[in-house]
This record gives sequence, structure tokens and C-alpha cells, in this order.
Amino acid sequence: MTAREGRRGGGERPVVPRAGFTSYYGRPVLNAPTWEARDIAGYLFLGGLAGSSSLLAAGAHRTGRPRLGRAAKAGACGGAALSLAALVHDLGRPARFLHMLRVLKPTSPMNLGSWLLAGYAPLAAGAALSDLSGRYRRAGAAATAGAAALGPAVTTYTAVLLSDTAVPSWHAAYRQLPFAFAGSGATAAAGLGLLAAPVREAGPARRLALFGAALETAATSLLERRTGLAAEPYRTGRARPLMRAARALTAGGALLAAGPGRRSRGAAAVAGAALLTGSAALRFGVFHAGVASAEDPRYTVVPQRERLRARAHER
Amino acid sequence: MTASGPPPGTDGSPPRMGFFTDTSVCIGCKACEVACKEWNAIPEDGLLLTGMSYDNTGHLGADTWRHVAFVEQRRTPGADPGGVDVFRAAAHLGAAGGPAPADAQTAPAELRWLMSSDVCKHCTHAACLDVCPTGSLFRTEFGTVVVQEDICNGCGYCVPACPYGVIDQRRGDGRAWKCTLCYDRLGAGAEPACAKACPTDSIQFGALDDLRERAAVRVAQLHADGVTDARLYGESPQDGVGGAGAFFLLLDEPEVYGLPPDPVVTTRDLPAMWRCAAAAAATLAAGAAAAFLGRRR
Ligand code: SF4
Ligand code: SF4
Repeated sequence: MTAREGRRGGGERPVVPRAGFTSYYGRPVLNAPTWEARDIAGYLFLGGLAGSSSLLAAGAHRTGRPRLGRAAKAGACGGAALSLAALVHDLGRPARFLHMLRVLKPTSPMNLGSWLLAGYAPLAAGAALSDLSGRYRRAGAAATAGAAALGPAVTTYTAVLLSDTAVPSWHAAYRQLPFAFAGSGATAAAGLGLLAAPVREAGPARRLALFGAALETAATSLLERRTGLAAEPYRTGRARPLMRAARALTAGGALLAAGPGRRSRGAAAVAGAALLTGSAALRFGVFHAGVASAEDPRYTVVPQRERLRARAHER
Repeated sequence: MTASGPPPGTDGSPPRMGFFTDTSVCIGCKACEVACKEWNAIPEDGLLLTGMSYDNTGHLGADTWRHVAFVEQRRTPGADPGGVDVFRAAAHLGAAGGPAPADAQTAPAELRWLMSSDVCKHCTHAACLDVCPTGSLFRTEFGTVVVQEDICNGCGYCVPACPYGVIDQRRGDGRAWKCTLCYDRLGAGAEPACAKACPTDSIQFGALDDLRERAAVRVAQLHADGVTDARLYGESPQDGVGGAGAFFLLLDEPEVYGLPPDPVVTTRDLPAMWRCAAAAAATLAAGAAAAFLGRRR
């Protein structure tokens, strides 16, 4: 038997069964995503920031909070533009980006997401441009409402994008990831609002921060309890510090916003920065957990073996 | 939820074609790897010594469409009733069917070599094809799964979607590449280069229905000969990918060869994923609306 030296800490690597687990020289079964963390995790973060900001923008627009509204519209527009740039940058053939739109393909979340962004980005841009220039107010109001209608989908579809793969820690988490991303998008948008709007207008941002933090924390806790072995990469390796930072910054930022942030502009700004950073940390954490789960054959083989055993048991 | 369309062969198109790779007769010559590279003009995939027996190829990828795996197993003859002692059997081949010696227990541990030529499975429900956002990956008239390189924009989505780790992005080129089951040769009525080059008929090419029958006969024959380890992998239309167009006869568990024991096409759960995302989106919208209710500031 020729078990190769392990990548981590030497010692025998698979081929030798480890808790009923065998592999081919410790090699991964899957090909790990070729995506760049900065591009794709950044894309997830910016998409969430944009989509949720559109909700905040529409609310601020309707309730007469001009500074909050302007910040949220600018955030939605900037987030959409930058996330598209990140997506195009990550393509192996960027010039062929528009090939995404040569078909409409419901089985491909990336295809549907491209169509979604193709509809959303002009609305977000229109809302921001109208606000900043002060012109075409009725069209601007319609664009604000339209962007808000698509915003929740823009925020959560990226969870399906990740889960619709063979990557163990993404696929196994398909029930919890959309809620985690919804919460994380909400805290990012709230964070931007807290940074940019005066305390007097930022009440909804503070409440959105609390809501988002609660949703994200609940979803990630469920994820870690319900996904079995696939939860491990979220607690180990490169994902560990990111997931912990996400949790601390999100909870801390929301509490800071809801407490001192109601009076002090400075506290609100610190809270906002913490919330934005926490949201980004969550996306990078999820990204790295998935990559790690694809790179270790254990996460592929062991759950499949258990599934087979359970099925044999039933018979 | 898959984009696979009607099963091939039901609408006047050619029957679904595939591979049956009988690893019990593979001799590890790698003629298939070489023929594949030559015919498809695939770039060099690294000149590495891996230390993994005779396998210096490593894994399927953008520049490796056939990969011969080598597994060395040390087992004591006779200790495992499932094993067959090929060396001992070979030594008695000329002995006119004489009985095997009864001193198997005292024999030293011997090496068993498993060799298997891996390839794209051309899944019935192909995740790579399902998730491809450009329609670059498509199902051919032979029921195989092929990348159109003039369409692929290198998004890389197909790479982590494949449950077998087959398709990959080519560095420098940016696009995704994998076995085409020699689409060009099939169109001209020829068999794929690897099957043509295989000197032992370990790689058998043909209509999938015929191959499945042939494989059932072969595995029954091996079981009758005492090779109880022999099993088919990927031949069942009931498995998680709806059956592989390229399936295998293995002599050990799939994971020993680097294959997933129970692969499932990820898009099987896609409707449930969308439902969860829709629920999360509604939750977010409700939360945002609530944030504006009630208090003035
Ligand atoms: S084995 Fe992978 S690359 Fe081949 S058809 Fe199936 S999903 Fe696609
Ligand atoms: S990399 Fe190419 S073949 Fe793969 S999913 Fe993207 S467009 Fe399709």
C-alpha cells in the first residue's frame, strides 16, 4: 500500500481506511472551483450589499429620508456595477461575457442570475442617477421601486449559485445559505446607511441591522448544526477566522448601532463599518469553506458512504 | 430538474453511445492516455513524478481526458475470500486446470495491482451541462456531453458542478475542457481513439444498451470464477446521475480508485434550492419593510 505523505502534518494519508474512509492517495474526488476568492466572494458581498440597499433606498424614498435614500441608492448602484465587474473579471474569456445572455436556462443559477442582474443594474443605476442629479424624478421613483422589487432576489440567488454544485459544504447547506446571505445583505446595507446618513434619518438602518444580524446568526448556527460533516470546513482552516469575525462584527455592529448609535454619529459610523466588514467576512468564509470541502476527499466520500449504508439498511 | 431532453435513440437519432471500461483486464499501458492526447491535440499536463505507483498523470482535468489509476494493495492470499491470487492462478495456467495448491495460508503477502482508466462519465443527468450558463455544454445526437469551445466564456461553473471531478478550466486559455467521447470520430463512424488503442479491450465502445448487457455477462462470469470483488459502477439508470454513459467494472470500492461512491447530480435539488432562496428573499423583504414601520426615527 502506498499511502502518500499527507499534505497536513505528514503521517499516513488515506488509501488506509480512516474511520471507514478510503481515497486514492488522499487526492480530492472533485475539481475545486477555479474561482478567485476576491472576485467571487467579492461578487457575493457586493451583490448582497446592492440588493438590500435597494430595499433601504425604496423605504427611505417613501418615508422622506433623503440622506439615507441617497446613500442606499448610491450603494446599490455602485455595488451592482462593481459586482458585475468582479464577475466579468473572473471569466476565463471576459470578452465573451454576453454569452451568458445567449440562452435563458432555468437549470443554471448563473444564467438566471445574469438575467436578473441585467434587469436590476439599470434600475439601480437609474435610481441613483436621478437622485444625484435631481432630474427625471418620476422615472427615478419608478426605478427605485423596481430595484427594490428585484433586490431580495439579487441578495439571495447567490446562495443558490454556490449550492448548485457538487461542493460538499455548499450543497449540503442549501437550506441555510440563502437565509445567511439575506441576513448578511441586510447588515451590509444597514452598515452603509449608518455610515452615510445622519442619526436622525438612520432609524430604519439600525433596525435593519438588528434584523439582519439576527437572521444571519440564526442561519449560520443552524447550518453548523444541521449539515453534519459538511459543517466542519466552516469551523476549520481559512474559513474559521473569517466565520468568527463575521459573527463578532455583525453582532457587535448591530448592538452598537442599536445602542450608542442612536445618539452618536461616531458610534453609528463605527457600527456601520463593522457591519460592512462582517458581511464581507461571511462571504469570504463561506467561499473558503466550500473550497476546502472540495479539496479534501473525506467530505465527498464519507457522507456518500453513510448514505449508501443507510440505504442498504432500509432494504 | 435537468436540461437533458428526450432520451437519445427514441427519435430516429443514433443510439446512445458510451464506454464500458472493464478494469479487470487493464494492464496499465496508458495507450489510451497517449491516443487521447494525440488525437485531440491536448497540451502537455505537467511532467511530474507523483510517487503514486505508476500513475504520474494524477487526475482528470482540462489537459487530461483519460487517466489510468494504479492502486497497489498488499493482501495475504487466502486470507480474503473475496480476492483472487492472480500470480498463483497465472502460475497454474499451463497445468491443464489442475487444482490450486492448498497451502495458500502459508504464502507471504502479495501485491495486488488495480489499474483503471478513468474518463468523463457522460452522465444521463449531467450537472456540468445543467449549470452551464452559456449553453456551451450540450448533449450530442450520440447522447454524449460536449463543450463547444467557441461558446464557452470560461465562467468555470461546470468545474465544481461535476460530481466526479472531470471537467476543468485550462490555464492560460480560460475555457473548460473535457473528454468529447471523440465527437469528431463518432461523426465519421469511427470509434474513440482510446478504445481503438486499448490492446486488451479493457475500454469497450458501443451502444450503451449492448455494453450494459455485455457488462452483466462479464460480472457474472467473474463472480462464477470466484472474483466476488467484481462490481459494476455507474451502469444503473437508477443511480444519482441517471446512469453514466461511461461505466466501469471495478475490483474494489469506487473510492479506492478516486471515484465518488454515490454521486448525485446537484441539480436534482435545484427546485428545493430555489424555494429556500425565495423564502429567504421574502423574509428579507418583510424585515426591511418592518424596519420602516412604527417609530419615526
Ligand atoms: S462526469 Fe462530470 S464532466 Fe462528465 S458529463 Fe458528468 S458532470 Fe459532466
Ligand atoms: S466554463 Fe464554459 S462550459 Fe463551463 S459552465 Fe462556463 S461557459 Fe459552460
